[in-house]
Amino acid sequence: MAMRKRGASFRLVVDPVRCDGYGHCHELAPELVTLDEWGYPIITANAFPGNDRELMRSAQLAVRGCPRMALVIEKISAQ
Amino acid sequence: MSLHRVLTGAPRSAPATYAEHVAQFGELPRTADITKELLASGLTGHGGAAFPTGKKVELLKNQRHGVQFVVVNAMEGEPASMKDRVLLSTNPHLVIDGAVALANTLDADQVIICVPRDRPQLAAIVQRAIEERPSRARRDARIELQTPPGRYVAGEESALVHWLNDKETLPQYRPTRPAILTIGRSATLVDNAETCAHVALIARYGAPWFRQVGTANRPGTAVVTVSGAVKPAVTEVPYGTPIIDIARECGVTNPPQAFLLAGFGGVWIDGAEAHRGFDDDSLRPIKATTGAGIVVALPLNACGIRETARIVRWMAGESARQCGPCAFGLPALADDLELLASGRRAEQTLSRLQSRASVIEGRGACRHPDGVVRLVRSALEVFAADVVRHANGNPCVHAQSTVVHVPATQREEELEWQ
Repeated sequence: MAMRKRGASFRLVVDPVRCDGYGHCHELAPELVTLDEWGYPIITANAFPGNDRELMRSAQLAVRGCPRMALVIEKISAQ
Repeated sequence: MSLHRVLTGAPRSAPATYAEHVAQFGELPRTADITKELLASGLTGHGGAAFPTGKKVELLKNQRHGVQFVVVNAMEGEPASMKDRVLLSTNPHLVIDGAVALANTLDADQVIICVPRDRPQLAAIVQRAIEERPSRARRDARIELQTPPGRYVAGEESALVHWLNDKETLPQYRPTRPAILTIGRSATLVDNAETCAHVALIARYGAPWFRQVGTANRPGTAVVTVSGAVKPAVTEVPYGTPIIDIARECGVTNPPQAFLLAGFGGVWIDGAEAHRGFDDDSLRPIKATTGAGIVVALPLNACGIRETARIVRWMAGESARQCGPCAFGLPALADDLELLASGRRAEQTLSRLQSRASVIEGRGACRHPDGVVRLVRSALEVFAADVVRHANGNPCVHAQSTVVHVPATQREEELEWQ
């Protein structure tokens, strides 16, 4: 078989309209999310590889833990 | 210098009637599809984003279920702009013709003209014009007037379409742009009123005529509102006309220290750059755009930091308060700018202002906060000498005079969104 396909990249995306600044995402995924001075999330990692189990797990926790359901994990399409 | 195309006949004591309009321009040719002509003309949107109109029409034409609505955006929530108002009160039929030409091209059923409800006279002009139109053939689009609340963000296209859908003038979160806006489930074309007027002329005279003036990349003319040092005035000039000439034409005599271009979400440029042409190619090196055709001249006896603080305070009040970074961030930026102008604790304030600007940028559903950040950054650059002076504890010497017309900030509970 030829070269193995490189794993896809993912990122965490916030819907700023839904987000009410609960801050759970930062608690659940501190390596991906920090908070600004008003308590709203700033996504620090622009992209993480899909095969990074730990980061993917954190991202999933953040998505599920958001009381406003304001987070999604988005696959970054290769350009 | 000025060249009246869409403003032909201005100033008028009363808006052109349909008969006067036809006497001036002739009937709108019954061409089914003007997409090619629009693409060839190089017309770009006059609402601020300067997206190529032909491309937008083409994008919508490729929608599987077709386009049902053409929305004319005459919301003009920008306090430094009067162009759409002047245009509609000069000749509403030219704007309507353009919308009808776009509706014919897209085979749309309905044209919706949006005028803010706090301008009842303008709404009456549009309503009268709609009633005056000759009875339409069966397959022509219906034309109707809508009057959403007159807020700054109400003219943001997703907020406008949101209002037409649900009577809530709130911007929508659109993660993938350019997203197709929809009313109900039908794709919708939204174009600025002035853009429609240019479309009406292109439909009549063609792309080569349109390109006779302006620059290669920005052909045609722009209706520009000049204010600040002078009483607000509107003129129409070819793109590429030097900014200083546009200002002079509107009565600016003394060379201003700076200009605010594009609008309240635009940028300040130094007075020394006034020789530059009013077109995006000439302005790109100084990170400015023509936006919605706005030139605010700041005279020497005014403080740019203070003016910026006033604008940002108002823009903060106009936030739809949907997104935290905008709802909380913009008032914080205004606080910092006011502190900076007052000369108190200016050094910490400056660094905090810069870091806050970076934190806020790109984190709203619409571009409202980004526009404010852009304005603040340009102010810190253009008025750098004043910033240093203020940061050394010297408050502004021009603290008494204000130049930019900023409407009164409404209290949050007074704001009308529905």
